[in-house]
Amino acid sequence: MSQSANLNVIIATDCGSTTTKAILIENVDGVYRQTYRGEAPTTVEAPFEDVTRGVLNAIQEVEELSGRTILDGERIIAPARDGRGVDIYISTSSAGGGLQMMVAGVVKSMTGESAQRCALGAGAIVMDVLASNDGRLPHQKIERIRQLRPDMVLLSGGTDGGTISHVVELAEYIAAADPKPRFGIGFRLPVIYAGNRDARADIERILGEKAELTVTDNIRPTLERENLQPARLKIHDLFLEHVMAQAPGYKKLMSWTGAPIMPTPGAVGLIMQTIARNQGINVVGVDIGGATTDVFSVFDGVFNRTVSANLGLSYSISNVLAEAGLANIMRWVPFDIDQQDLRNRIKNKMIRPTTIPQLLAELKIEQAIAREALRLAFIQHKQLAVGLKGVAKERTLSDVFAAEAAESLIDMMRLDLLVGSGGVLSHAPRRQQAMQMMIDAFQPEGVTRLAVDSIFMMPHLGVLSTVNERAATEVFDRDCMIYLGTCVAPRGKGKPGAKACDWEIALSGGATERGELAAGDLRRVPLGLDETAMLRANPARGWDLGAGPGKPIEAILHGGVAGIVLDGRGRPIQMAEDRARQVQQILTWNRATDQYPA
Amino acid sequence: MAHSYTPGLRVTSYTTLQRRRILPLKGDVIVKVGDRVRRDDVVARTDLPGDIATANVVNRLGIQPSEIGRYMLKKEGEPVEEGELLAETRPFITWFRSQVKSPITGTVETISSITGQVLLRRPPRPVAVMAYVDGTVAEVISDEGVVVETAGAFVQGIFGVGGEAWGPVVRISKTADEVVTPDMIAPEHHGAVLVCGALATLAVLRRAIAVGAAGVIAGGINADDLKELLGYDLGVAITGTEEIGTTIIVTEGFGRISIADRTFDVLCGCAGQVASINGATQIRAGVQRPEIISPCDMPPADANGYGHAGGLAVGDPVRIIREPHFGRLGTVAALPSELRRVESETVVRVLVVAFSDGTQAVVPRANVESITR
Repeated sequence: MSQSANLNVIIATDCGSTTTKAILIENVDGVYRQTYRGEAPTTVEAPFEDVTRGVLNAIQEVEELSGRTILDGERIIAPARDGRGVDIYISTSSAGGGLQMMVAGVVKSMTGESAQRCALGAGAIVMDVLASNDGRLPHQKIERIRQLRPDMVLLSGGTDGGTISHVVELAEYIAAADPKPRFGIGFRLPVIYAGNRDARADIERILGEKAELTVTDNIRPTLERENLQPARLKIHDLFLEHVMAQAPGYKKLMSWTGAPIMPTPGAVGLIMQTIARNQGINVVGVDIGGATTDVFSVFDGVFNRTVSANLGLSYSISNVLAEAGLANIMRWVPFDIDQQDLRNRIKNKMIRPTTIPQLLAELKIEQAIAREALRLAFIQHKQLAVGLKGVAKERTLSDVFAAEAAESLIDMMRLDLLVGSGGVLSHAPRRQQAMQMMIDAFQPEGVTRLAVDSIFMMPHLGVLSTVNERAATEVFDRDCMIYLGTCVAPRGKGKPGAKACDWEIALSGGATERGELAAGDLRRVPLGLDETAMLRANPARGWDLGAGPGKPIEAILHGGVAGIVLDGRGRPIQMAEDRARQVQQILTWNRATDQYPA
Repeated sequence: MAHSYTPGLRVTSYTTLQRRRILPLKGDVIVKVGDRVRRDDVVARTDLPGDIATANVVNRLGIQPSEIGRYMLKKEGEPVEEGELLAETRPFITWFRSQVKSPITGTVETISSITGQVLLRRPPRPVAVMAYVDGTVAEVISDEGVVVETAGAFVQGIFGVGGEAWGPVVRISKTADEVVTPDMIAPEHHGAVLVCGALATLAVLRRAIAVGAAGVIAGGINADDLKELLGYDLGVAITGTEEIGTTIIVTEGFGRISIADRTFDVLCGCAGQVASINGATQIRAGVQRPEIISPCDMPPADANGYGHAGGLAVGDPVRIIREPHFGRLGTVAALPSELRRVESETVVRVLVVAFSDGTQAVVPRANVESITR
């Protein structure tokens, strides 16, 4: 993609479901910095029904704070001249519920899964995966397509040159359902065909008149290869042409931006990939919102994104309780509470999502629920972030189709950076709380650095990376990331109190701290931002820090606002079964990491 | 004077409202602008395409998909009756003949020579949209529906389940904080909208369903009772399609909470009149709250209104909507502009609430709801 070098002042907005956030990025002494931010309620819904109103309000707040004139009436001044205006305006959007898609593939675990990865990576919420072998009868599939009213359908299936009948059958179901798009009662539904190229003529004959059909390269041209990018680009095009164009005010907004508007999660995925590529690291990112939790990963250059549509901390908080179960939430809460009362409190948060915990006990409950939402969202991510299934390997056929948990691309021992975003993490009263929530939910192994997105500017930086990658990475490093510190966690299991590893941390000032980490222990060693230290650790038999069970390691530890956490609780974390002991365990861990006021 | 922006629910004894009544697909609008309509009058109708059924003809006949045309007895677009022959083989020995009969009455939609599937469509299903409220047609949206305008009392609840319903309003509880019992609901409450005080218990709701009440309005409901009633734990507040036999609207939240005095007054003012109610709630993207609309031609002498999002100033009444003072009413005593650290160590903008007993509390601004304008 072409990159614009002559950008010194950039205004970027993210039009979220409830809030439109604007940030100003300026080239200060040769370095790009995020300087001011403003926000205003999103105005997609009645009574305004014009997204640009919220954009102008958010930019106006930036004007007031920065003292820089950016607007001329209801127009963004671009390019900048004489200290007024900006060089470019860019935006992302998830307003109106984001991009909602249905995907279809012939074999659920093969092309169905590739189609799902394709749509998710483009920033969509996948409402359902239709497949020839999904166990539903034809009329049930047709009824389901008709009910859902997605924004768009991605139809795939078959390798190039293979059999066409199954993918044609799926097209017949879609045609029979004659689905209507969510927006625009009189419009035809956009359908992207990215399956067996030999079936294109039949697909065009079946769907050409019933849907807004776009044909692109097969996402699975051979069993061994996934080719998601052409279809993802088509999804972005159609998102702009059909979905965005129907949303109130977006035609005007599109005419203002200097780069195509991107779906918010698509932009976050882009910046994650840029960072992983530039630093040569494996990254996992999470954005926990009120309604949904997005998880992103880049492992060995392979990008995956999932969205857990009903795991969130306000609108969907009650669903976290329903999915995780009360016992799993309470295992993180160091006190008992009447169950009826707790359920009522959670439901009250669901119906009044903007309230905040005033009491410490309520904060602890909310952070316990966050741990479970993150944990469940990560489980879903690991299930989808897998290698290609159905690929010929030295295995029996039954192995190929067997449960694929072991094939997940996510290897926590090789994870370099874990980034968190979303109110409960970015705005936790103590940074240690954000760090501990992520450690408890994701359970990193070995040596892993952790950070939070300071003010959720990753979407803005994602779309910025398409016009100026240098600006995006500089702002990401300097203003977006708040490094929390590093987690050192040997993988293994042991009796509480038994040795997990010996450790020694040589601080940059010459001092050295050393000790023994026992199974069940959690310790915090302060190490400030921009500080590093050398870790030498000798795991006990059966414990692994990355070099193999019982083998010593050396690693550089990066400090942060929370410091270093030495986690000997085992993987998975060994929790006491007995509730009274569990409470004691949590209290001990919380004290060790200075989570809450005494 | 310092101000704060805070959300609230609308509660008014008289206002003018418009409701869009739109078809799921394009169809016919059968009223015109200016027509007086009743809540149960049909204002627009259309035919939804019938459901699809499939017949795997090639498998059943043991033929290749490309041969299907030779064996079909019906063409695309032709009507068929349930049990009527769709396709058959004609072997030399009739004993070996295979037949495929239509599983439904409808039309042949498609015959695929690639997959061998025959898709059959049932007859269209008529769908009608009713006016929902008594009023006047203010606008016709060609082929799609109408906007009905009405005037009367209007109360927004915080949460509801169940869809549109209507019936006369009957006050069951004497006071806003009373917890009613099932024996207070009688068979004559069939078709009525029942105002039930501070808590709609499971027993009360079951009794209301048993007598066929159109709706139940209460200050609160317990989460466990709702789960029991629905048969599942509601995960996300998107409701309105539940079919539990009545429509439930809670005005305050989960737990036992008195109906706010003014809400109770407005509801009592509607007693004996017909109200249109809708439990549909959607809290995410395009907030929709449950509602009670009781049309009347003239504003009452003591017409008053409150709620709605807007500024909050010292002296305004508020309700606290989160612990530690959840459900308590008070007035704004101060709106300090500086950020404060509360017990959870969260640094937030706060306000000071004065209670009627003379005590005060510092509360995050996000944790109050305006109950006046």
